[in-house]
Amino acid sequence: MEKEKYLNDLSEIRKIMSRSARFISLSGLSGVSTGLIALAGALLAHQLVFRHHDYLVYEAMPVDLKNLSSLLLIALGTLLLSVVSALWFTGRKSRKEGQRVWDNQAKRLLINLLIPLTTGGILCLILLFKGYVGLVLPLTLIFYGLALVNGSHYTFSHIRYLGIAEILLGLVAFLFIDRSLYLWMLGFGVVQMIYGMLIQRKG
Amino acid sequence: MVKEFLKDLDKAFENRIRLGIMSALMVNDQLDFNTLKDLLGVTDGNLASHLKSLEKSEYISFSKSFLERKPNTSYAATAKGKKAFRKHIGAIEKLLR
Repeated sequence: MEKEKYLNDLSEIRKIMSRSARFISLSGLSGVSTGLIALAGALLAHQLVFRHHDYLVYEAMPVDLKNLSSLLLIALGTLLLSVVSALWFTGRKSRKEGQRVWDNQAKRLLINLLIPLTTGGILCLILLFKGYVGLVLPLTLIFYGLALVNGSHYTFSHIRYLGIAEILLGLVAFLFIDRSLYLWMLGFGVVQMIYGMLIQRKG
Repeated sequence: MVKEFLKDLDKAFENRIRLGIMSALMVNDQLDFNTLKDLLGVTDGNLASHLKSLEKSEYISFSKSFLERKPNTSYAATAKGKKAFRKHIGAIEKLLR
């Protein structure tokens, strides 16, 4: 009888701790959808721009306005679609679990993701306008990975491993810069989708 | 033998709501009144009285500030409170072993 009460106490403590400290409504499907969107964006960039130009090198290249705007539009489109789909799936999961989407935990997670992401985003824009197109793809992987590691304190802790994987892929992409688009697709597309499917299956 | 750790069980945490408040404050630097209320699903009066009792045992501290011109009270666990909570959990774990 006593024991039962204390067992209940322990499970209650665990429940409150995880619910109050971490944002756990992150949906696995958002990982899958953003992975697909990333692959589509990368393919489009390959077809329209990278196939015809040797931009993926260690030096600044003269990039004409047409290619620059294509790259920016594709990047912006990919980013917007990813954010919208991630929010949509996550919102759906939150509502299903009867949790408020926009609670303190979500806010904290978002702020901690956004600090590295914005830094990386601005840096990449600067490099892009200066012609260093090749450095941008590896850097986006690295900053995305750093953002995930940073955010992992406020959501599933295993998202840290996804972050580390993205950082490593980013470093490898720096090493093999002419292949960086493929490594980018591997990181933002394939690895992201696999991670999404894993947490989706865990529930 | 049995009694040795039973004294670590803390009367302050016998109550479910006080236990809940303390659990939440163990993993958050600080939480405001309304967040605690939502989290534990209790009424204002009920939460306030349990917060007061934890304050009395010096297990939690509070700080008042203004948020959009409305008064806002944040609560945090004190070092004493954290220690007592860990002891309490340790005693439960031994009891269940």
